[in-house]
Amino acid sequence: MTSVDFDEVSVEDVSRHFGRRRAVSRVTFRATRGMILGLLGPNGAGKSTLLAMLATVLRPSSGAIRYGTLNPSAGSVLRSRIGVLGHDLFLYPELTARENLAFFAGLYGIAHSDTRARAALERAGLGTRSDDPVASFSRGMRQRVALERALIHDPRLALLDEPFTGLDDASTAALLDRLKALRESGAIVILATHDLDLAEGLLDQALFLRDGRIVETMSAPGALRSTYRSVIGR
Amino acid sequence: MMLRAIWLIVRKDLTVEVRSRELAYTTLFFAISCVLVFAFSLVQEGRAAEGVGAGVLWMTIMFAGNLALGRTFERERQSETLRALMLVPAPRPAVYLGKLAGIVLLLVLTEAILVPLVALLFQAELLAHLFWLVSVVIAGTLGFAAVGTLFAAMLVRARSRDVLLPVLLYPITVPVIIAGVRGTMAIAQPEFEADVVRFWLLLLVAFDVVFITLALWTFEPVMTD
Repeated sequence: MTSVDFDEVSVEDVSRHFGRRRAVSRVTFRATRGMILGLLGPNGAGKSTLLAMLATVLRPSSGAIRYGTLNPSAGSVLRSRIGVLGHDLFLYPELTARENLAFFAGLYGIAHSDTRARAALERAGLGTRSDDPVASFSRGMRQRVALERALIHDPRLALLDEPFTGLDDASTAALLDRLKALRESGAIVILATHDLDLAEGLLDQALFLRDGRIVETMSAPGALRSTYRSVIGR
Repeated sequence: MMLRAIWLIVRKDLTVEVRSRELAYTTLFFAISCVLVFAFSLVQEGRAAEGVGAGVLWMTIMFAGNLALGRTFERERQSETLRALMLVPAPRPAVYLGKLAGIVLLLVLTEAILVPLVALLFQAELLAHLFWLVSVVIAGTLGFAAVGTLFAAMLVRARSRDVLLPVLLYPITVPVIIAGVRGTMAIAQPEFEADVVRFWLLLLVAFDVVFITLALWTFEPVMTD
């Protein structure tokens, strides 16, 4: 597989309809390397649909998404540079944490998938539980394994849907450090979250979505909660 | 990359199945029950009408196969792992072929118990020409599973998938079932006619080639969106 890379993701006038329902409407933004961009908004605002389109599993009804010079039709080559943490965790409960990570590492073409899986679990603080089935894990532990699964291939673009769900304070702090490290390494991180307190101070740019539309954009955002109240609650 | 991805998916499916034993037990239990019910109603005074054994065998494969297909993809739906498979850079046809290989393996294991059972209960001379029987059964199973895997993957997010799968699958696989039944009947005849068996086997192989090619071609577009 040819190795490709890109420095930015641009979303241009993208809309997505499901029948007569408009999930995303004429959204435009750009995210560059070393940036954490937050999608903020209430349930049904279109955040997950937007992430699915960025992940190439959903086609926009209109508009275009570009990854540097590539478009979603680049297929496998592009998918090898994208990591996705979904609302569902994409893990097999019958397999152990190590088997889950090694399976996906193998599918991403990583040569020593088992070694990579062990290293990822050590990083997640789950080294001692690596041979336990995921079914025996708490929601927070599963979330940590799922995050490692999404990042196992060092993606350029990390798409994270509610990454803080189910995490305790220590795990949340570890995730925040991990996201900052991703930013330092030059990854593009796009995350959807409801947790404005955690997003505060983490995001380089915030997009407020309501009914599928961007209603506010903030660069170097501060005072997210008051902005959220004024633009979403109105 | 393609072969590695197929192998990883098959190995993963087998590991999950060895741990849960859910599919093997349900498919096998259902298949044996089906054969026993048919045997009680169709075997009179220790004898069944000619060709009944072949019909029962293929009807059971069809029903048990439908059950296995539904459950295999239900497993991938529960944690949205099918979506995760769509996100990896492995060629998407590899995902189809990996799932297909897993289902064929499971059905072949079921058939390894089913065929002797049908031969015994219906006094059908199925095992006299083992090479031809294995060829017909595997070719038929492959054709049935090739169509079924595509439809089961397509329907994984449909609310009424359990109803829709057999509604779509059975009419399209009628040629497989007919060729399977006729081929198996020809094998069980007292006077074995290799030409007749070869004809039905070739028909099954042709069906396999056409439907696997079509499925490989359509899997990526139907799984995007």
